[in-house]
Amino acid sequence: MATTATAPKGSATSRDDRVSTRSFTAILLSRPEVGALIGAIAVALLFMAVAPSFRGTGAVGTILYNSATIGMMAVPVALLMIGGEFDLSAGVAVTTSGLSAALLSWNFGLNVWVGVLLALVLSLAIGAFNGWLLNKTGLPSFLVTLGTFFALSGANLGVTRLVSGTVASSPINDMDGFESARAVFASEFAIGPVSIKIPVIYWILFTIIATYVLLRTRIGNWVFAVGGDDKAARAVGVPVNAVRVGLFMAVGFAAWFSGMHLLFEYNSIQSGEGVGKEFIFIIAAVIGGCLLTGGYGSIVGASIGALIFGMTQLGITYAGWNPDWFKTFLGVMLLLATLVNTYVKRKADAR
Amino acid sequence: MSTAAVQATTERPDNPNTAILEMVDVGKSYGNVNALRGVSLNVRQGEVTCVLGDNGAGKSTLIKIMAGLHDYTEGQMKVNGIQRNFGSPRAAQASGIATVYQDLALAPLMSVWRNFFLGNEIYKGPLRQLDIDGMKQIADEELTKMGIAIPDLERPVGGLSGGQRQCIAIARAIYFGAKVIILDEPTAALGVKQSGVVLKYIVKARDAGLGVVFITHNPHHAYLVGNHFVILKLGRVVLDAHRDELTLEQLTGEMAGGDELAELSHELRGIDPAKVVAPHEVQHGALDPGLSEEEVAELQSEFSDNPTAVTPRTPSEEK
Repeated sequence: MATTATAPKGSATSRDDRVSTRSFTAILLSRPEVGALIGAIAVALLFMAVAPSFRGTGAVGTILYNSATIGMMAVPVALLMIGGEFDLSAGVAVTTSGLSAALLSWNFGLNVWVGVLLALVLSLAIGAFNGWLLNKTGLPSFLVTLGTFFALSGANLGVTRLVSGTVASSPINDMDGFESARAVFASEFAIGPVSIKIPVIYWILFTIIATYVLLRTRIGNWVFAVGGDDKAARAVGVPVNAVRVGLFMAVGFAAWFSGMHLLFEYNSIQSGEGVGKEFIFIIAAVIGGCLLTGGYGSIVGASIGALIFGMTQLGITYAGWNPDWFKTFLGVMLLLATLVNTYVKRKADAR
Repeated sequence: MSTAAVQATTERPDNPNTAILEMVDVGKSYGNVNALRGVSLNVRQGEVTCVLGDNGAGKSTLIKIMAGLHDYTEGQMKVNGIQRNFGSPRAAQASGIATVYQDLALAPLMSVWRNFFLGNEIYKGPLRQLDIDGMKQIADEELTKMGIAIPDLERPVGGLSGGQRQCIAIARAIYFGAKVIILDEPTAALGVKQSGVVLKYIVKARDAGLGVVFITHNPHHAYLVGNHFVILKLGRVVLDAHRDELTLEQLTGEMAGGDELAELSHELRGIDPAKVVAPHEVQHGALDPGLSEEEVAELQSEFSDNPTAVTPRTPSEEK
């Protein structure tokens, strides 16, 4: 099908004269990520003002790394939220993935890569299970994934203690394939004075791919439709159940990636880790403009949300404030961002 | 152009009198409830088949069976002479049956063009990228063809009027090569003028050679456009007649259940007109000024059927 540069807008006479064209600023402000962007600039300016070391180039790498660890998960979680669902098990699923790779390869003496691949299968299976259970039972995803959250966090502790007798997996840094896996999941390189850790690259890559899929492919169209009105989507032939399972599996895939990064960064995984992280991913997505009810949101916004987290985490330390206040700051940020988002959107839509 | 499997459907039968969709003694039960019993129905090309019925007559169940949302439990449904059991709405669509639901099946937060192509997106290139410009252009052309001008196709559908949304849904169904289009009470929530517009599209769709199933509980709308009328009552077909065999009065009478209507009017006549306050005796808003609150309360107890007719004067009004 040949494309034209712009779609013709019909003949002038058939136009509804009650509707005037919207200004550029109104269109810009009605984007879902605008609230997050304003927030990110505000946070950056705040910490640049109060913390001198925040201004240095050395901070850039650390900020980006902090943001990437959240952003890698916030991206698929945002996709899932646009599709109208939650995943409360996303935080512990990261730990489950890292633990399974470590325990499997250590206990069976396998090449590390075999453990890595088995962990991928497990992570995708957990995602698929979440989606399947949701479709099968028709329960809210909040409940279903709350169940998997507790089941997984229990299994993380239980299985680790059963297999290794401690609360952490044994270090795997002397095993076959560790170095090459480390190069893939946890390496580091320098661009000028800034040292960049590899998750930053994956984070940016995930953001680009997810944005492309969401806005430029039919699957993205289906995600919006499933989140906006699943009955309508089903009625016009969108495979609603498959979309849901796919979204949960995308979260599973990202959880595997994050889990592998943690494993190869620290050589072993603490089995109690990950609890509470799921909320941080959800908050990043909400700050980025995703509606809790689904059908609306932005991946770039979620990534900016993750960036706000990264800056705040480091900024509080650099400013010499007590890090105990980090979560309070987050709560206030969440409320402010949501208020700004709704306010800006309403104003822009009214224009 | 690659618009999914919807258009890759079987050929239209050569004889226009052949029923595209044929139902023989179709029944549907939900547990111990028989929602539909022994329904036989023929939908032909270039004809509007009106299905009428009161609330709970089984209209919705009938649509859901034809649209593939539910499977039937008895009888046979044939599409182009082949017996079919649709497992999903997608299967029904692939056989050329499109449904425009009462709630229109539009995602409110999505833009007009995304809704238009939902489930049938056009894509191009090795990355299966959406052909956004192409889709916008087609959506715009199709909507203009139907006489609806939507200035900004990027606007979410939720902000459009009921008639505009209805038209988007109908235009969408027609564009995607439907051979049978089922309209579920398309005029129920619309004003007089917009209903007229929708009825015009129904005629357009009929003239385009589609089989139209028009579900309504308004016999006037049905009689304007229908070729064939089926009345459902308590899950059964009580009337199946061609337009030539029927007048509007008969249709209205049949629809209201004939005898029942006579009975009802008899019953209503029994109401003593003296009990009803004559219209000129009731003045809405403030009654006689200068009444104290006690007097108002007294009046209110007398007119207890209509207490709002009497309101006490507030001090500000005395000035």
